[in-house]
Amino acid sequence: MPEIRALASVQDHVLLGHGEVVNSYRSLLLRALLRERSFRIGALIIGFVTAGALLAPVVAWLLGHGVTEQFRDTALTEMGLPTGPTFEFPLGADGNGRDVLVRTLYGARVSLAIAIPATTLAMIIGTAIGLVSGFLAGRVDRVISQAVDVALSFPFIVTALSLLSLNRGVDGKPFVAPSLVVVLIITLFSWTYFARLTRGLVFVLRRSPLVEAAQTIGASKARIIMREILPNIAPVILVYWAVQLPTNIIAEATLSFLGVGVQAPQPSWGNMIAEAQRSSLYQLQPWFLLGPGIALFLTVAGFNTLSAGLRNVLDPHRRSG
Amino acid sequence: MDRLGFLTGRAARAVLILFGVIVLNFVLLRLAPGDAASVLAGDQGAADPAFVAELRHDLGLDRSVPEQLWIYTKSLARLDFGQSYRDQRPVVDIIAERLPATLLLTLTAFCFALGTGIALGSIAARHAGSLLDTVLTGISVMFFAMPLFWTGLMAILLFSVWLNWLPSYGMQTVGEGGSDLSLVGDVAVHLILPALTLGLFYMAIYMRVTRASVLDVLDRDFVRTARAKGLKPGLIWRQHVLRNALLPIITFASLQAGQLIGGSILIETVFAWPGVGRLAFDALMQRDYNLLLAIFFITSTIVVVINLAADFLYVAADPRIEMGA
Repeated sequence: MPEIRALASVQDHVLLGHGEVVNSYRSLLLRALLRERSFRIGALIIGFVTAGALLAPVVAWLLGHGVTEQFRDTALTEMGLPTGPTFEFPLGADGNGRDVLVRTLYGARVSLAIAIPATTLAMIIGTAIGLVSGFLAGRVDRVISQAVDVALSFPFIVTALSLLSLNRGVDGKPFVAPSLVVVLIITLFSWTYFARLTRGLVFVLRRSPLVEAAQTIGASKARIIMREILPNIAPVILVYWAVQLPTNIIAEATLSFLGVGVQAPQPSWGNMIAEAQRSSLYQLQPWFLLGPGIALFLTVAGFNTLSAGLRNVLDPHRRSG
Repeated sequence: MDRLGFLTGRAARAVLILFGVIVLNFVLLRLAPGDAASVLAGDQGAADPAFVAELRHDLGLDRSVPEQLWIYTKSLARLDFGQSYRDQRPVVDIIAERLPATLLLTLTAFCFALGTGIALGSIAARHAGSLLDTVLTGISVMFFAMPLFWTGLMAILLFSVWLNWLPSYGMQTVGEGGSDLSLVGDVAVHLILPALTLGLFYMAIYMRVTRASVLDVLDRDFVRTARAKGLKPGLIWRQHVLRNALLPIITFASLQAGQLIGGSILIETVFAWPGVGRLAFDALMQRDYNLLLAIFFITSTIVVVINLAADFLYVAADPRIEMGA
């Protein structure tokens, strides 16, 4: 693919500090991205999911169904069982007579509102630690790397369950909003990946001509890190943000499914699926399970595809496919 | 690198991690508000402070935290995990009852995932860019994007509710007696859905890693050299490509060990599989510290041992180390 090869050489120029090619680099990048099929498909799916999240109140208003509103007369049969898809309830109802479509759309908001801050926070913390570790090298680096290795060896679910158990009073009520704790726990488990990635990138760059040049003119360490190294590794880290995000979306759904994440009646795809399972009503009204499940699948698959496309374009050494 | 030095370093780190795990889990769980005594007392309908205090004393909860940690560490050395607050039985007995079910589930899933993952990943890499590759990669992307608990419920819906082919919960049919052979068959039938659900997710991961790893090795100079000197393709594939491509897979598979145990919590919840994962979840909800700490200790030990074993395996499998020696 000629455009990728061209991009690689341009990337080298940027790495060497030839600022004047940056503008053409950007337009070249955009063109290469739009030519990449996985990027287009991923962007389309993400656009669709984001639109769903943003338009949730509009859909709720159009259907006249609030997100926690129960319609026991219209959405439940005489036996108290939820109805399947109807004109009024496009994805049917759940066990409490609530609209599955409206709740699924609001679930997208919750999912993104937890995963995006958590991933961003992890990126900031991990990048900062990775920069220090990679740039200072030596003893500091060995200590940090060991700490990262140890942190990585904790199994996520088991440890997260134990951490979340701290946030529960004697009466069973949480001290801090569970959503906030979920954000912090996901951050705690994903900064390590950013730290490792950043450290590796900085290790290569700290011996490069652009850093040596900065050292020659007497730039301080802080300046070299912030002005020379960070701008050069930022694109790779941002791509990794998109790689990590779907993992964190699943993490939130998993914790909510286990009942320690987002709490009812606030809808989250995880706690909706848990409710479907607990009541076994999904066996009668499959959309109770399919609604949140497909939404979760689409979101995760969309971000995975998008990040695969980004990597294909930005990393010329990687084989596409 | 010196092989012995490398492995000694890894072993030392394993011990360090294990100690950290014990201390961290203990401290975290001790900090948890509301202890087992108040839960037990609440259950028995007696919120009487004197009764709660007596219970706390019986359970050793009124001593200082370091003291409790010391007692706990000493008893760990004797493999004595104490009594379960809830069941009033030795914790080790409860876990021993549940461990075989979890091992059966996770090992079946792991072997399936690793076997099919490596096989399909190699096939995809060998035919990179073809329709077969696209289909296989698509399957891997799909299973990777499906959360375990949802895949499990979908499998129940499809194979148990709609098709009525397979049982959806438990490990055995209730009230079904019979010979040993029919018991084995019964468990095997119950195992299919949970093990496949857990296995397919990890198969997707191993497939991706294998495909990328094989493609990477195929690009190396030594493979080109092997081709140039006219070695048979089968030999190149086995001796040069697969052996080198396996290295990242070993590391990766061992790093996933902890995740596999986490995954078994989800699978055991969905399929009512009577294993340790479900037990950990119940223990957490009931704040049964002794039980929970013991499960954490045992699962962490298993993870650390697996990681260490992977380091040994890596040294054994890495052809570069032989050449360098």
